[in-house]
Amino acid sequence: MARFAVLVFPGTNCEGDVLHAIEAVTGQPAALVWHKEGSLDGFDAAVVPGGFAHGDYLRAGGLARFSPVMEPLIEMAESGRAVVGICNGFQILQEAGLLPGAMLRNVSLSYVCRDVRLRVEANSSPLTCGLAPGTTLRMPVGHAEGNFRADDDVLEALEADEQVIFRYCDDGGEASDAANPNGSRNNIAGVRNARGNVAALMPHPDRAYEEALGGVDGCRLFESLHRFTES
Amino acid sequence: MKPVATLEAALASGLSTEEFRQIGTLLGRPPNPTELGMFSAMWSEHCSYKSSRRHLARFPTESPRVIEGPGENAGAVDIGHGLAAVFKVESHNHPTFIEPFQGAATGVGGILRDIFTMGARPVALMNSLRFGPLSVPKNRALFTGAVAGIANYGNSMGIPTVGGEVFFEDCYSLNPLVNAFALGIAPADRIFRARAEAPGSPVWCVGSKTGRDGIHGASMASAAFDEEAEAKRPTVQVGDPFLEKLLMEACLELMQGDALIAVQDMGAAGLTCSTSEVASRGGAGVEIDLDRVAQRETGMNAYEIMLSESQERMLLVVRSGREAEVTRIFDKWDLDAAPIGRVSGDGLLRVRHQGQVAAEVPCRALTDDAPAFDRPAARPSWWPSPEITAADLPEPTDWNAVVRELAGSPELASRRFVYEQYDHMVRSDTVVRPGGDAGVVRIKGKELGIAMTLDGNGRYTARDPRRGGALAVAEACRNLAAVGATPVGATNCLNFGNPERPEIMWEFTEAIAGMTEALEALGVPITGGNVSFYNETEGANIFPTPVVGVVGVLDDATRRIPQHFAATGDLLFLAGLEGGDALGASAFLKEHHGRTDGRPPKPDLEAEVRLGAFLHAAGAAGLAASARDLSEGGLAAAAIESLFAPDGSRIGAGLEVECADRLEGTLFGEGPARALVSVRPGDAEALAGLAAREGVPLTNVGLVGGDALRIRVNGSTSVSLDLDGLTDVFRNSLGRMALA
Repeated sequence: MARFAVLVFPGTNCEGDVLHAIEAVTGQPAALVWHKEGSLDGFDAAVVPGGFAHGDYLRAGGLARFSPVMEPLIEMAESGRAVVGICNGFQILQEAGLLPGAMLRNVSLSYVCRDVRLRVEANSSPLTCGLAPGTTLRMPVGHAEGNFRADDDVLEALEADEQVIFRYCDDGGEASDAANPNGSRNNIAGVRNARGNVAALMPHPDRAYEEALGGVDGCRLFESLHRFTES
Repeated sequence: MKPVATLEAALASGLSTEEFRQIGTLLGRPPNPTELGMFSAMWSEHCSYKSSRRHLARFPTESPRVIEGPGENAGAVDIGHGLAAVFKVESHNHPTFIEPFQGAATGVGGILRDIFTMGARPVALMNSLRFGPLSVPKNRALFTGAVAGIANYGNSMGIPTVGGEVFFEDCYSLNPLVNAFALGIAPADRIFRARAEAPGSPVWCVGSKTGRDGIHGASMASAAFDEEAEAKRPTVQVGDPFLEKLLMEACLELMQGDALIAVQDMGAAGLTCSTSEVASRGGAGVEIDLDRVAQRETGMNAYEIMLSESQERMLLVVRSGREAEVTRIFDKWDLDAAPIGRVSGDGLLRVRHQGQVAAEVPCRALTDDAPAFDRPAARPSWWPSPEITAADLPEPTDWNAVVRELAGSPELASRRFVYEQYDHMVRSDTVVRPGGDAGVVRIKGKELGIAMTLDGNGRYTARDPRRGGALAVAEACRNLAAVGATPVGATNCLNFGNPERPEIMWEFTEAIAGMTEALEALGVPITGGNVSFYNETEGANIFPTPVVGVVGVLDDATRRIPQHFAATGDLLFLAGLEGGDALGASAFLKEHHGRTDGRPPKPDLEAEVRLGAFLHAAGAAGLAASARDLSEGGLAAAAIESLFAPDGSRIGAGLEVECADRLEGTLFGEGPARALVSVRPGDAEALAGLAAREGVPLTNVGLVGGDALRIRVNGSTSVSLDLDGLTDVFRNSLGRMALA
């Protein structure tokens, strides 16, 4: 059995979706953890869900790293357990220094909510360990700051080390400009850390886990996460 | 209590001489300046509904499902499973013209507070928007600013925006309309009401600090605009969706227990309105001390504190002895919460400030005793508008060009540019996304789905307010039928011009008469709403624009009817009356001929009831592969919309129509009580049986499939548009116009 922590900051709004998706897909227990908690003892993995933590004031994810729960979260990452971010959770993990890069505003300068297609680039992460590279998945995005940026040398190293785990692609699997919803460099939709236990993506697997929602491809990511905790 | 307010001050604050006298009579003395400000806000059109109250009483408001009708913060209907749907629509027109981003954003904030005040967790938003033509740069700024403001507020709150409408007409250039709708879910037996009872109970002010923003917003929203309108920017509030998210979570957490007697949102007229309304509903009074109100600025006087419309605040009436629970929960969410007074038994709103009584007014004088007028109404000389058919118009020569033009027109092009800026998937309950006839959210753990739609057609109402009012209700109910839902309740936002003009009051009373006829025929009660008068700028009035929000239930959300063509080979049927080829006030007339005149189609309410029953039965039996109601743009528009699924996929279709005379009416006529339905070939016979049983005519109008939209008329091809080109025109035109 694995126990999942789903972190809740003031302004987080996808905690219920993630909790429900984890329980529905993996059958494992998950619990909401308030940002003022100082411990994540007893959890095998943590998910930082989407929303607007601390109102995204200063910048998206910028204030969350000062929340008390970040200390045990960083310890969890350092211990090799799975730490995963979705959307605002991605931005928070970047701001906390657990993942590389930074997010700029979408090139459209607008929030964008629509289905996108993703290509799995590497299976060396808690979100992709059960997926074959080259697999394509469809799920919604919903963000205003998903335009992934990193310096050329950082980007080169990420690509060389297969730390890019998802890229936006078209129906044919091509990482084209037209398929990129936010202008992110190299069509990057998700990355992992060097060790391979911290990973995040901008799209929402927590909005694609039942046919009623228009797609079930998000299940594959939660199945991977479950599998990672058991390995 | 000195000094005494003058008649000049009263007139300057928007009150009439007669109203000033009446205030003196009610108080038994002249008001002081603070009291005058309170009366001016509470007796404004916006707060008192003084020109509309008597007319609104005509709406049907009862049904076995209604838990809370008009009068509370929002209406509530029983949706089964022990749950209630709590919903309302409200305007934020005037603030949006002055400052589009904040004006529209705080409209969303205000309607959400109305919902969670009732103890309901908001689960869906919609909005109805009207702007001037996008060819004018200022209109583009207003439109894109308002959409961004709505997106910012709703998205930050984590509540999906699942539907709505956007239209453009010249008359909205100087007076855009922003109507925001919200819906929440609550246990049916735990609806909170805003009635102060139990004298001695502490009254709390929670949430944001009170500042000098939005002072006299209610009066601003009750006056016509002149060229100085933009100088009124300080009367627009500034929203903080993060603070409202915390306030919502704290209030809903507190409402889990029984520490509260009443909750009242602070919106228009701020502390004045919330204290006097909560007290007069409960037949009580309230005493408050303004020195205990958390303030954002120094040196605010009683007038400013009582009339501030600072956002994200609530008034709580707490059970004596339970104050610690309030403090604990608001501390958890890092929000201000302070007791500012008590419920009293004397029926007075007594306001203390710096040791003095700053105001002392009977609560009822501010609320129930506000004036109510039966303003004169007069039918205008142009009445009635002429009926228009194709015979009155020059005949197009290139039908491909006409259909392509309409598919990319401001009236009919996809609203993707708008709804993709709204988070419509958060909460992972959205089972019918925006872009269809109605949005549908499910309730996790239950089979139940809740469908909702927001509809109005200002052009119709302008040319025939009675027909327009009835058609707005009929179309909304038809939209719900198209997803297979049954309507259970309605809310409305009545956007009209200056009620002091008799022809505007005629439009208003006629529209209400038409809406009432349709609501009664379709068996749908009104549970609340909002009136926005004085939509007049520099002497020009908007089209009368009643907007109707209807909520329906789907007993099994998996049995919803899809809104898009499903599979090659499916048969297409036109369900409903033949002869729906009226073109008066139609989208075709506007977009192709540049005219907005003519009489809208005659409603057929009995046919609407039959169509609704047929679609509901077809959905429940799983016989409809897709359905779309016919409204603006008629059969052609319904077909185009059905080609494109929300996941980005698409499929062509071939329409086959018979037409004895001119084609315009057949393709673009807006006759009511019709829908375009697709069906798997094996289900066609069963569907025909259902239609016969419900008395709905079915006409085969073609097949789904192919890589084009083809229209064959009397056996020969009139229209053939390949999907690649049509996709770009339909999906991207509105964005191109908005960002030009």
